[in-house]
Amino acid sequence: MIVDWEAEFQRTIDADSRIEPRDHMPESYRATLIRQIAQHAHSEIIGMQPEGNWITRAPSLKRKAILMAKVQDEAGHGLYLYSAAETLGVSRDQLIELLHTGRQKYSSIFNYPTLTWADIGAVGWLVDGAAICNQVPLCRCSYGPYARGMVRICKEESFHQRQGFEILRVLSAGTAAQHAMAQDAVDRWWWPAIMMFGPTDDESTHSQQSMTWGIKRFSNDELRQRFIDMTVPQADALDLTLPDPALRWNDERGHYDFGPIDWAEFWQVVNGDGPCNRQRLAQRVAAHVEGAWVRDAATAYAAKRADPGAGQAGSSTAAA
Amino acid sequence: MAGAGSPNGSVPGSVPGSEATEPASRGWPLWEVFIRARRGLAHNHVGSLHAADAELAMGMARDVYTRRSEGVSIWVVPTASITASSPDEKDAFFASAADKPYRHPTFYDVPAGVKHL
Ligand SMILES: [Fe+2]
Ligand SMILES: [Fe+2]
Repeated sequence: MIVDWEAEFQRTIDADSRIEPRDHMPESYRATLIRQIAQHAHSEIIGMQPEGNWITRAPSLKRKAILMAKVQDEAGHGLYLYSAAETLGVSRDQLIELLHTGRQKYSSIFNYPTLTWADIGAVGWLVDGAAICNQVPLCRCSYGPYARGMVRICKEESFHQRQGFEILRVLSAGTAAQHAMAQDAVDRWWWPAIMMFGPTDDESTHSQQSMTWGIKRFSNDELRQRFIDMTVPQADALDLTLPDPALRWNDERGHYDFGPIDWAEFWQVVNGDGPCNRQRLAQRVAAHVEGAWVRDAATAYAAKRADPGAGQAGSSTAAA
Repeated sequence: MAGAGSPNGSVPGSVPGSEATEPASRGWPLWEVFIRARRGLAHNHVGSLHAADAELAMGMARDVYTRRSEGVSIWVVPTASITASSPDEKDAFFASAADKPYRHPTFYDVPAGVKHL
């Protein structure tokens, strides 16, 4: 039976149906998804580091429990996404190797340091907030396993953003020093968060094809604008300012105007020279290497239980 | 782990004409996770994970897939033990059901006024 599978593939996408792992798909579709899902998975697990940094120093038991739950969620998100990527025919080992050797990237936002407790608030509010903006449309991505993973992730993300907002709200309403700490964190995280949406549409290399394939539903600039429009009123509610003097409502556009983005900084961080690039990767590799004995022990234990006789050299059979 | 018929399809066999086999993972085997959300519901497939054995797979499934009380019962199944239908989910395997509309009640005319039929 001869089927024009390529036409069938595009028909499935155009009908807003889903591509499943064992369907025929163009190699470039597969490669694009592997790259995107892997980068997303890497971002989730590298993203545990800036926040993990504050678990032992959270200001109360309640804040510590909340932060641990959030960091655990990010580990879970990484696992959902690695599983989704694996349905495309790459192995987990390959993906981890690609991350550790710098051949696949993670989101540049995690190369910024979390200097004070208020940074944990700013990360939850702005970084998780921007991530949610990016991720909600991915729940309708044309690739089934990715879309299903994103549904789970988006459900869990909403608490991440709220707990960040709440941290900032409490600090902002606290002493003058606490308010200043909250403002300082927002001043440092605002522009990097805006850059999370990636290059402007005219500079974005993969966007058009991803749109045709139903992997992407909105352009970088559309999502960035949506995030800014949602966030400005929230900053007012926090009694904090956003560090952009050009930020103002434009009645004609029905959107907030904003100032120019420092793309030189963006590319510098993407290309490896952000404040924490080396530290993040080194810490990730070290954790993997230091955990090797745990994985080996589990493997050995499983093998021993599957075949209790094996590995007992000089046992009764040999002696008899 | 073979998993040529895995519901998660972790097989690069989708390349037309290719007979590619599973890329060997040097790590732990793959398990498919099914969760019963509440009593009275069936177990549903929720995802997969790697684990050295069934017991560890169970513990990890709990940690990864039920952090918010999403389930009251978990099944973990080695991906390699699942046999699935065809590699192509649009296969003619299911076509024979398509020309039997008489299996549906809507196929039959019911005269006006006839009740409880
Ligand atoms: Fe996440
Ligand atoms: Fe998050």
